[in-house]
Amino acid sequence: MKLDDLLKETAEWLKGTGPNSEIVMSSRIRLARNLAKYPFPHWASKKQLENVLSDFEKAHKSIEYFKGALYLMMSNLSAIDKQFLIERHLISREHILHPEHKSVLISDREIISIMVNEEDHLRIQILQSGVNLQDTWQLANKIDEELDRYLDYAYSVELGYLTCCPTNVGTGLRASCMVHLPSLVMTKQINKVLHAITKLGLTARGLYGEGTEAHGNFFQISNQVTLGHTEEEIVDNLERIMRQLIEQENAARKSLLANQRELLEDRIWRAYGTLKSAHIITSNETIDLLSHVRLGVDLEIIKDVDRNMLNELFIQIQPAHLQKLQGKQLSADERDAKRAQLIRSKFLR
Amino acid sequence: MLCEICGKNEATVEFTEIIDDEVNQIHLCESCAREKGVEMEQHFGIADFLAGLTDLGLEFESKEVVSVKCSNCGMTYDDFRKIGRLGCGECYSAFKRSLIPLLKRIHGSTRHVGKTAVKLEKVTGVAKVSELQELRQNLQRAIEMEEYEEAAKIRDRIRELEKKAKAKDETR
Repeated sequence: MKLDDLLKETAEWLKGTGPNSEIVMSSRIRLARNLAKYPFPHWASKKQLENVLSDFEKAHKSIEYFKGALYLMMSNLSAIDKQFLIERHLISREHILHPEHKSVLISDREIISIMVNEEDHLRIQILQSGVNLQDTWQLANKIDEELDRYLDYAYSVELGYLTCCPTNVGTGLRASCMVHLPSLVMTKQINKVLHAITKLGLTARGLYGEGTEAHGNFFQISNQVTLGHTEEEIVDNLERIMRQLIEQENAARKSLLANQRELLEDRIWRAYGTLKSAHIITSNETIDLLSHVRLGVDLEIIKDVDRNMLNELFIQIQPAHLQKLQGKQLSADERDAKRAQLIRSKFLR
Repeated sequence: MLCEICGKNEATVEFTEIIDDEVNQIHLCESCAREKGVEMEQHFGIADFLAGLTDLGLEFESKEVVSVKCSNCGMTYDDFRKIGRLGCGECYSAFKRSLIPLLKRIHGSTRHVGKTAVKLEKVTGVAKVSELQELRQNLQRAIEMEEYEEAAKIRDRIRELEKKAKAKDETR
């Protein structure tokens, strides 16, 4: 597999096949792991970082799950390719800052990705469609066990998996769901809901994780605490809260349909109209409008638009994707025009 | 509306600053907003929060504590306070006295109850679904049910297992 092959594929988590995937786009499990032999990446020498890479390379080649996986050195990638991987949620923004001695392993269908020498030696990520936290955790656990066979993890009986930042120590587990909550935003209940969530030990962030803004009514909800709870408790807690969140969003949708149908339909059809006709459009505006159209499809107000096409557009309209689709570098203005063109062509079909 | 910082470009970003409960809204162009965003990230790094927390935990911090050094990687506690990140796994033992109150603040707990690393299971003979993990959960349950005699028994068994694990851990 080559990096450019990803462009032609739809990542598994984007296919919308998981349970409740109209509201919960994806479930993600991330495990932070370190090798006992070496200092954490920011404190390690070049030689030690190279050793981490070669230890990991030996390990992953022996593991069945990673047969045919894509393995990339960050320093070999162009700026567009690095951004492309961020847009696909396969690497973090932090992973491209100092690309030397960093790599990423990406499995078939983009379900598993492992960043090497990010903040921790290994960041294992599993990404699936819908509310699918139990299965996602099970898979993460299996992969973790496989790697554990070949690598000597930094682990203590009292504190569990030892991580670079003390906020991740213990399970090293961050479970998160990407949720689409347009009706809770429209009915102005979102702040109340997010506030309640933080009181339950969870945290809400924007579309691309830490430090990013919420666009298009998408939020990433994840656990805050990693020590003092079992992995199952953390996953179960998030899953229960996701179920309640789905109920609340559905209730808000019903209330909008019953009490403010005109306003709701106006927003949805205006968004649809703009996407279908615009000739210049920024990615933020697109995401906000796609969010409304997605709601329209969920509520069967819009019937001739395929949800999978919308899911794919969320990714394809991002700057690096657009440039790779065009096969050349584009300025911000050129991108806004090409983006509008791409959207029109998709909506005409 | 023009950007309130450069006064040249069209303002497209609404920026909300909250300082001491006072909400301030400014309208910025994209490039000024980006700069402002970077500025904010630098102001509010996780390291600063951690540094603040460690200070709270150690009001009578002595030079002795600050200069404690991890013998494995050479990081001092003072380094950790500045960077907010540890140097290696051994730092957790080296800075234990200061880290435990910090972990308590961050996580509300100082004890791992999750899964056990495969290798450790092998060396300690602890069963696959960690016996320790199960015992700790039973202990919690016993305390909640106020069955203190049972809790004491479980506690002793946990201590025994931990001692065994630690001894093996240190010989690794």
